Amino acid sequence: MNFDLTEEQQMLNDSLRRFVTNELGFEKRSEVIASGKGSDPATWSALAEMGLLSFTFPEAYDGLGGNAVDTMVVMENFGRGLVVEPYLATVVLAGGLIRDQGSEAQKAEILPAIANGERLLAFAHSEPGARYNLSQVNTQAEADGNQYRISGAKTAVLNGGQAQQLIVSARTSGARSDEQGLSLFLVDTAAEGVTINDFATHDGHRTAEIQFNNVAVDASQLVGRLDNAFPAIEKAVDLGIAALCAEAVGAMEAMNAATLDYIKTRKQFGVAIGKFQVLQHRTADMFIQTEQARSMAILATTEADSDQRTQRREALSMAKTLVGQAARYVGQEGVQLHGGMGVTDEMFAAHLFKRLTLINLLFGDADHHLAQVSDGLLAPSA
Amino acid sequence: MDLNYTLEQEAFRSEVRQFLQDNLPADIRERVQKSLRPDKAMTQRWQKILFDKGWGASTWPEEFGGPGWSPIEQLIFEEECALAGAPRQLDFGLRMVAPVIMTFGNDEQKERFLPGILSGEDWWCQGYSEPGSGSDLASLRTSAKLEGDHYVVNGQKTWTTLGQHADWIFCLVRTSTEGKPQQGISFLLIDMNNPGIEVRPIIMLDGEHEINEVYFDNVKVPAENLIGEENQGWTYAKFLLGHERTGLANVGQWKALMKRLKQVAREEQDGQRPLIENTRFRDRLAQLDAELRALELTVLRVLTDKRGPGPQASILKIRGSEIGQRLFEMLMEATGQDAIAHIPDALELGYQGPRAGSPDATPAAGDYFNMRKLTIFGGSNEIQRNIIAQLVLGL
Repeated sequence: MNFDLTEEQQMLNDSLRRFVTNELGFEKRSEVIASGKGSDPATWSALAEMGLLSFTFPEAYDGLGGNAVDTMVVMENFGRGLVVEPYLATVVLAGGLIRDQGSEAQKAEILPAIANGERLLAFAHSEPGARYNLSQVNTQAEADGNQYRISGAKTAVLNGGQAQQLIVSARTSGARSDEQGLSLFLVDTAAEGVTINDFATHDGHRTAEIQFNNVAVDASQLVGRLDNAFPAIEKAVDLGIAALCAEAVGAMEAMNAATLDYIKTRKQFGVAIGKFQVLQHRTADMFIQTEQARSMAILATTEADSDQRTQRREALSMAKTLVGQAARYVGQEGVQLHGGMGVTDEMFAAHLFKRLTLINLLFGDADHHLAQVSDGLLAPSA
Repeated sequence: MDLNYTLEQEAFRSEVRQFLQDNLPADIRERVQKSLRPDKAMTQRWQKILFDKGWGASTWPEEFGGPGWSPIEQLIFEEECALAGAPRQLDFGLRMVAPVIMTFGNDEQKERFLPGILSGEDWWCQGYSEPGSGSDLASLRTSAKLEGDHYVVNGQKTWTTLGQHADWIFCLVRTSTEGKPQQGISFLLIDMNNPGIEVRPIIMLDGEHEINEVYFDNVKVPAENLIGEENQGWTYAKFLLGHERTGLANVGQWKALMKRLKQVAREEQDGQRPLIENTRFRDRLAQLDAELRALELTVLRVLTDKRGPGPQASILKIRGSEIGQRLFEMLMEATGQDAIAHIPDALELGYQGPRAGSPDATPAAGDYFNMRKLTIFGGSNEIQRNIIAQLVLGL
């Protein structure tokens, strides 16, 4: 039982904190967002040079053999500085899927390409109407000789408009909400029949709505086992949830710091408003919520790599529930305590609030995950 | 980072579990698990059993007769005790006055007082709060005047939990009115059998006698019962509050209660189905379960922090008390309208008379009422928020 970072993780944390503070400030961030590219090439190369794009890949594929704790360190720092690079989509979700499910050939080709910053990938799974139910997949992949033909629609594909390749979930058998019958395919975004609508998100990231119209994919592009991708999808989403929980903790920490700065300097009635007990207790509650969320982000991180499904999913759902609730609380209170300034575009707090709000909406909001925990209580062993 | 217990810690857990299975008397277990009225003899009997095993004081170092367990081992011990249905040990001696005596007392005081606390022979209570001094504790007025080789104590303490059983009371008393209120306070140990002490019961809202008022009328206390230096009592009291807050998270007890609540929700009927199948109830249970997990992890983070518990420990008191209250609230709600009947006799072991609903319902509302104290005592949760705002956040 220990909550300590290793020496290497501590070093990573320190250097990343310096990098984000010094190189990825608010103005820089605004420029990247305005470019509409969802990523700054110089920043992405710098992250590649620091080894961050391959930290969790095996050493045989240019990685450093790290685990979810390394991802936590990265995401917490990204959350603190509201970094908008496509790390979650490319490294955590798609990179994790190739690492865990890819064939030798796929790993050898793709992981080094991610590692050196040359290639962006995205995970195209959610579908209109499926909401947060992971098995609701209606996109079809039909075998056609040595190929598959994919047709369907995907929604909320993070950085789908910037990726060169997508990992697409599609139904190779079974009915719309069956867990059985799902498969994953690598699809080039440039392939014929792929239509991408790329959007900005409210919090400075990019998302895409993607149509697949009879897209031909070679059978060698199958990732993992035919018809049996559901556990891999769950695992990828769980790694994504753990990463988002860590990012939220970083953002909450930044929100608390910004709010404290503000109420210690803003004067009304002749005193700093932080002297008022009604505000003191609210910042105390923001702090409590953040520390609880931190505990749960740690739980999510240590469970995300586990193959014990029931225990892992319960822990991840508990974490996403409490982190989602804390993100909402800290976000809303942070804005409120900034007063009128809190609802302006110029304040960092406003941007933290937007990111915290959207994190709750990704991969299952607090209500969705609470329902998962709740239904788990029906099991006799609960 | 690793949230698994080590093999040694798991082995320790098994050893504790086995000991409890072999040594916790069935009548005591029944009393605790059915939430029946606690009693002094039961607490002392259990303390003696633990003492004989060498486990009388889980938090004490070996030099004073403790087992010298690590914070994690202490937590495992508490959790296993709670899950097995062992009664709570008396904190006032073991966890409150003892650390002060160990840290600030002289050798004679250690030799004189610690053995009785450890064996459970001496029953201690706490004399801090006064009618006019609650959250503003430093305004306390009970006075102690040095006259030759003894102090003469006059005044009144209140909210004295289990003071009706006590042999000793540790008191904050005013020895000076000079300077800031905090500067004139001393820490005094007083024999409850002294002439001039009167204990009057305060009946709580559950109808039970748990707390008291204690009056001091020219009570003579030997000067050697002063801990540390005169007028330094506030420093010792603050040290004690730090200890208290870590313990107040109560994770082990709440985990045992959560287990019981889930069981009750399976057994209680909601029409044609068990209550656990009622989604609204179950969702709230799930929320509480998740929050309890967060509390447990936060406690573990504090306990394994090499810097020791700082003012951050206020989080544990706030969250521990809030979660505890909600557990009792849900237990009451789980038993529904059966909880409305107040049957004081049924809180005694061996009660065979009529009752409303299941035995789970009998203590449910009384316990809920009683547990409102959790967010009030030990520094109210509002005071804890002040501590966080001022000492952690620098406001």
